[in-house]
Amino acid sequence: MNRPDTLMAPIQAHPTDSSAVGSMDRRRFFSLLGGGICFAVLVGTPGSQAADAALRFAAGKRNPPQVGAWIHIGENGLVTIYTGKVELGQNIRTSLAQAVAEELPLALDSIHLVMGDTWLTPYDVGTFGSLTTLQMSPQLRRAAAAARQLLMELAAKEWGVNPATLEAKEGQIVHPTSNRRIAYADLAKGKEWLEEIPAETSMKHPQTWTVSGKSIPKIGGEAFVTGRHRYASDLKLPGMLYGVILRPPTFGAKLRSVNTEAAKALLGVVVVRDGDLIGVCAPTEFAAREALDSIQAEWEPVPHPSDQELVEILRKTGVDREEMVQQDGELQTALSQAKTQHTASYTAAYIAHTPLEPRSALAVWEEGVVTVWTGTQRPFGVQEELMRALELPYEKVRVMIPDTGSGYGGKHTGETAIEAARLAKGAGCPVNVRWTRQEEFTWAYCRPAGVFDLRAGLSEDGKVIAWDFHGYNIGTAGIRHTYDFPNQEIKHHRSDSPLRQGSYRCLGATTNNFARESFIDELAHLAKMDPLAFRLHNTSNKRYRACLQAAAERFGWGTWKATPERSYGMAGGFEKNGYNVTCVEITIEPDTGKIEVVRVVMAFDNGPVVNPAHMENQIEGMVSMGLGGALFEEIRFQDGKITNARLSRYRVPRFRDMPAVECVLMNPQDEPLAGGGENPIISIAPAIGNAVFLATGKRLRHMPLKLTV
Amino acid sequence: MDTVTINVNGKSYAVPAKPDRPLLGILRDELDLTGTKYGCGEGQCGSCTVLVDGQPRKSCMLRLGSVQGQAITTIEGLSQDEALHPVQKAFLEADALQCGYCTPGMILTGVALLKENPNPTREEIIDAMQGNICRCGTYNRIVTAIQTAAGMEVK
Repeated sequence: MNRPDTLMAPIQAHPTDSSAVGSMDRRRFFSLLGGGICFAVLVGTPGSQAADAALRFAAGKRNPPQVGAWIHIGENGLVTIYTGKVELGQNIRTSLAQAVAEELPLALDSIHLVMGDTWLTPYDVGTFGSLTTLQMSPQLRRAAAAARQLLMELAAKEWGVNPATLEAKEGQIVHPTSNRRIAYADLAKGKEWLEEIPAETSMKHPQTWTVSGKSIPKIGGEAFVTGRHRYASDLKLPGMLYGVILRPPTFGAKLRSVNTEAAKALLGVVVVRDGDLIGVCAPTEFAAREALDSIQAEWEPVPHPSDQELVEILRKTGVDREEMVQQDGELQTALSQAKTQHTASYTAAYIAHTPLEPRSALAVWEEGVVTVWTGTQRPFGVQEELMRALELPYEKVRVMIPDTGSGYGGKHTGETAIEAARLAKGAGCPVNVRWTRQEEFTWAYCRPAGVFDLRAGLSEDGKVIAWDFHGYNIGTAGIRHTYDFPNQEIKHHRSDSPLRQGSYRCLGATTNNFARESFIDELAHLAKMDPLAFRLHNTSNKRYRACLQAAAERFGWGTWKATPERSYGMAGGFEKNGYNVTCVEITIEPDTGKIEVVRVVMAFDNGPVVNPAHMENQIEGMVSMGLGGALFEEIRFQDGKITNARLSRYRVPRFRDMPAVECVLMNPQDEPLAGGGENPIISIAPAIGNAVFLATGKRLRHMPLKLTV
Repeated sequence: MDTVTINVNGKSYAVPAKPDRPLLGILRDELDLTGTKYGCGEGQCGSCTVLVDGQPRKSCMLRLGSVQGQAITTIEGLSQDEALHPVQKAFLEADALQCGYCTPGMILTGVALLKENPNPTREEIIDAMQGNICRCGTYNRIVTAIQTAAGMEVK
């Protein structure tokens, strides 16, 4: 059985004696990274101390948060980027390498990314919120540009020429007039330089990009199509056992009594009891689950509500816990002056992220240090969870993240990491814990369910002059908008959620936006205006208007008439510094009310696009995922159980559900970069609902949308 | 303990296990062929697809004893002499993956389809692939990849 390659990383490189900090010098830092030139990629306040960060890092101490990444030019010509971001299919391994290759410049295959290793990469808050392209990419780009400047200065000094006469290309500094060239590797040789990025570093304008902005295939893609890549759930160590956990049959049930004797008697089985955690480890997962089934446990159930009561619970517990997110003008006055007032309530079910790779983790203890490989979006967050659960200092917990089988906001936490670490400690050997699909549905967290109360006032000429929005439980992502509503109150209510809930792709924007953009459509019809014209009439935002027009034009908006069986709809969205407008074409089966989406046109503006093919791939993915939440996905629960905790009962989109997708990448060159893996999901559901209304006159106000005939 | 002999990727393995165990766990945990993935354990997602005598089968639903004497191909056995299979190449070209977790199952299902039907229509591809889930939503690209691999002109 193979030892995972990642274990070959220098596990023992960090001293665990924290008193050694004072005696650390840069030598230790470079003994970790190898000789060469290293740039500290600073975030936040400029002027922070790269050297201090390096010393703390070398000593195994957590670095100050000002250092976001290291970029290291090795003596061997390899450029290594150390970043706490992780890869879950959003292809940032590729886009970040493109950013560095653009500025240095050098061949993409000379760039290596070390990602999400809490001992080797600087602290990072997590891979979520579309922050990688917004923050990490420009930071790395600046560092790479600074490295290029420094290498040019070094070469200029060596040759006694003006640095301005030099060029950098393909891993070399070139002096065209004398045809001299020197490799970055040779310039880095023998140096142990730690550099900060000078303030005056200049980067290339997106219009001059030659590597960024291009559709480069997924770096390392071959490992995935051959099955060679090892996800956390695939890792093995010598002497490793598979661990499974005894779970309560219902939420909150208390263990009254347990008998593990039969399990203990089985060959090769280790039963671990650590506080309230009871687990079974065995050489195969099959044997571990057989042993688990032999455990007799009695549980005391506690009352738990059902999904039938959900809306009532969210309203009741949230009504008094209201926060104002945005307030402009005089809402009440404007409402009283409005020509037409309109109110409506919307709801949205809990949904599950359903990453195809369920949570898993492998843990091993060596001399009091626990090392955990797991799939998470927050390696340092999981490290902190482990430190708390195991009462260990920072230096004794290492978390490493192999490229992960997706997350979509659903893998922010370290459940399996903690379970594997506790079982490994109890069993005295490495343990791999891999959740089943049912465990993932039941014990992970959901995208919050939501309730929305909306009220608006229209003026004579079709302007929204009053806007009153109350969202319950869902959070504030996407609760703001890009319309010119002069008088408004946007409020969020914190409710008690019956189910465990957490982050999601674009968070609650998926549902806040559903409520808003459906309601906007209602208002457009009330004002007897075309939904496109109504939106344009109510927004002056240049970028949003451009998306509205681009999507409508590509779609052929208004060029054909909707029928009860074939219709079209539109919705827009603003979140995560990006704008999108989606137009959908749907069909409706008259006998069953089955809604099928056949074509989607999405105009998306997230600033300059780093990798168009991967951007379109992400958009298609969000059409698919958005479609699931719009039409099928809904977590049901009753008597303390998820009643559809299986893929046979929880419908996700499949091949046949996938519409034709056309992307219009707005790609404005003078706007700042923004992430692209979240925003486009938020306008799918309302666009479909609006199309259903146009076809049938029925307004669907619950996600997932069901048309009963 | 029972021993069951199975043939995987041209090699014969005597597996000391009960014949009623699912093939998936044997491949992943005993033979270390981890390219075959667990996704649901009830034949719904296709991540565990392997070829049994050329037919795509969900290995989470196959009992070990039922595949004795049959030729099992996993993703590890697809490419020969380090050269990628045309379907693997086409997946890379079409960018038909994001996280890659469903990819081995998708590729093997596509390989089986093309063997049976070298020139499938788009509809036929969708029919054949309907049992496989890509949660990242690269469905349209996977269809394109299979069309490309078939040497069909992609519309």
